[in-house]
Amino acid sequence: MTDQAALNTATVTDVPKARRSVGSVFSWAMFIFGVLYFALPLIGMFEFSLRKRRGTYSFDAYTTVLNDPQFQATFSYSVVMSLVTIALGMALVLPAAIWVRIRLPKMRPVIEFITLLPLVIPVIVIAFGYLRMFNTSSFLPMTGSITGTNILLAFGYATLALPYMYRAIDNGLRTLDVQTLTEAAQILGAGWFTIIFKIMLPNVFTALLSGAFLTFSIVLGEYVFAALLDRPAFGPYMIWTGGNRAYEPAALAVIAFTITWGCMGLIMLAGRLFPHTRAKR
Amino acid sequence: MPYLTINHLEKSFGPTRVVKDFNLSVEKGEFISLLGPSGCGKTTVLRIVAGFEEPSAGSVQIDGRDVTNLRPNQRNIGMVFQAYALFPNLTVAQNVGFGLKIAGVGRAEAAERVTDMLRLIGLPDLGARYPFQLSGGQQQRVALARALAPKPRVLLLDEPLSALDAKIRVSLRQEIRQIQQQLGITTIFVTHDQEEALSMSDRVVVMNGGIAEQIGSPFDIYNRPATPFVAGFVGSHTGFDAEVINPAAGIVAIDGAQLALSQQLTAPKGTIIRLALRPEAARLGRAEGRETILKGRVAQVQFMGSIIRLSTMVGDTALTLDTFNRPDTPPPPVGTEVEISVAARDFIILDAAGNGIAQRQTAEAERLV
Repeated sequence: MTDQAALNTATVTDVPKARRSVGSVFSWAMFIFGVLYFALPLIGMFEFSLRKRRGTYSFDAYTTVLNDPQFQATFSYSVVMSLVTIALGMALVLPAAIWVRIRLPKMRPVIEFITLLPLVIPVIVIAFGYLRMFNTSSFLPMTGSITGTNILLAFGYATLALPYMYRAIDNGLRTLDVQTLTEAAQILGAGWFTIIFKIMLPNVFTALLSGAFLTFSIVLGEYVFAALLDRPAFGPYMIWTGGNRAYEPAALAVIAFTITWGCMGLIMLAGRLFPHTRAKR
Repeated sequence: MPYLTINHLEKSFGPTRVVKDFNLSVEKGEFISLLGPSGCGKTTVLRIVAGFEEPSAGSVQIDGRDVTNLRPNQRNIGMVFQAYALFPNLTVAQNVGFGLKIAGVGRAEAAERVTDMLRLIGLPDLGARYPFQLSGGQQQRVALARALAPKPRVLLLDEPLSALDAKIRVSLRQEIRQIQQQLGITTIFVTHDQEEALSMSDRVVVMNGGIAEQIGSPFDIYNRPATPFVAGFVGSHTGFDAEVINPAAGIVAIDGAQLALSQQLTAPKGTIIRLALRPEAARLGRAEGRETILKGRVAQVQFMGSIIRLSTMVGDTALTLDTFNRPDTPPPPVGTEVEISVAARDFIILDAAGNGIAQRQTAEAERLV
């Protein structure tokens, strides 16, 4: 290689390398900034939650919270309600999303708009609407009984979760050729039940889990519906604790984060358990 | 009595009529191809037979029974899709056994049938794999096995080879035909690839603008096209305008050279009719039995392996001719003056009544609109 050629080669290869290293440093800087931005408040909160006993770190705040019968009651109630909401949301959204993709593709923007409405309309408006429509002197007095109010709350939660549930499922369906798979199943003799539960559901399972997880998080922390309908949910309990205790709210927040991350871990684990989803990664 | 009958089928999407009075009778065990360009209505006809589309008018009968109003899952039809459509969450064996499970076939019988099907498609050891672990050709084989496993009355193939690469396409089309003949299953195959249609089918239906332009054996479709569209769509040809000299004797003149065609003409003397000549019907140089000699100049040479395609200019007409490749005879260079011999019997009369030009002009005008 002549000197000139060597110089040319060096110039051609060195410039992108230099650019790459600048880009790499910038990326790392942004990453570290992001980590600090999110992690520092959490670390601070966790550290604060351990300070209940003077002069030493302890899990006293956690013990107090976990032993509080009200925590156990409200947390169990909200977990049950979130499971009901997930089931309700899936029963509503999965067939609707499939139907829109197969039969009413032109209606997709309309459906998407409708599913976004809960983000635009304040929860308090929906809650007052419910109270007005279903109070004890209305044609359907659902607030007249505990079961009725619970059902009403589950419907309210399902409405709140609609944007997340619909998007999660719709994203899952987007990875499939829903129309052709449905037709392939139909021509082999399958009915709608088989198509939804044997073909669509297993293929959007990870997406469904994401939707379920988001719904779970929303229901667990929701305050307005539960407070206005006077149900013993976890959201109002957290607010009440926040107003009356010092260290326990931080402990509660850490517990809530742990549950959330646990859910995320479970979603990733579930994704690995289904071999057919490996191809999509 | 035909096994599958399509009677006066019509289908409109809004104001657009995509299928117009389509009629077809298919014998048991016959392999029929619907061939045509995109938007000609061939897939719509197939989807109506499958039950995915409702016809605007007309009926579909299978084995003497009207199935027009039956849902797809009640018709006992097998179908292979262009996009494979294997269920991603099921293994190959589960995919093949899906229809059997729905039909309530016993586990042992279903397992045996799945094994038979996998052996039939040449993938006996891949039952435990998932679709994403297979190549495109293997996936389409599995899709075929899945369609055949429940022993359907009719097999529908919706451009099953379009997504595959050229080599796999050729080998798979031979396999599909072999399996179809082995099982004797009545099959309708939709394709826009004339080579596939001609090589696989007992009969070909050439469709254009929602109508069946011609239904016939591949030999007839290619050698005796009924309309200018069929002549143009199936294979390639050179078109000539010829003046009728003697209708009773079938004598016409092309650029002053007279030819005696092998049939009488209905067009009166002096009319201009349209003739077509396939590339393989013309010979470079003089040849015995080809009495008409045309003089031309080589404009383009396309080397295609076993065949060399020459584009020549004969007067103002671009004439294409194919010659076999011979290593000891290189093709003439571009610009060479050559003699081309043709036999009058090889000319295809596109319209003996002399409507050809009018038809072409109308078609041209429609295309422009």
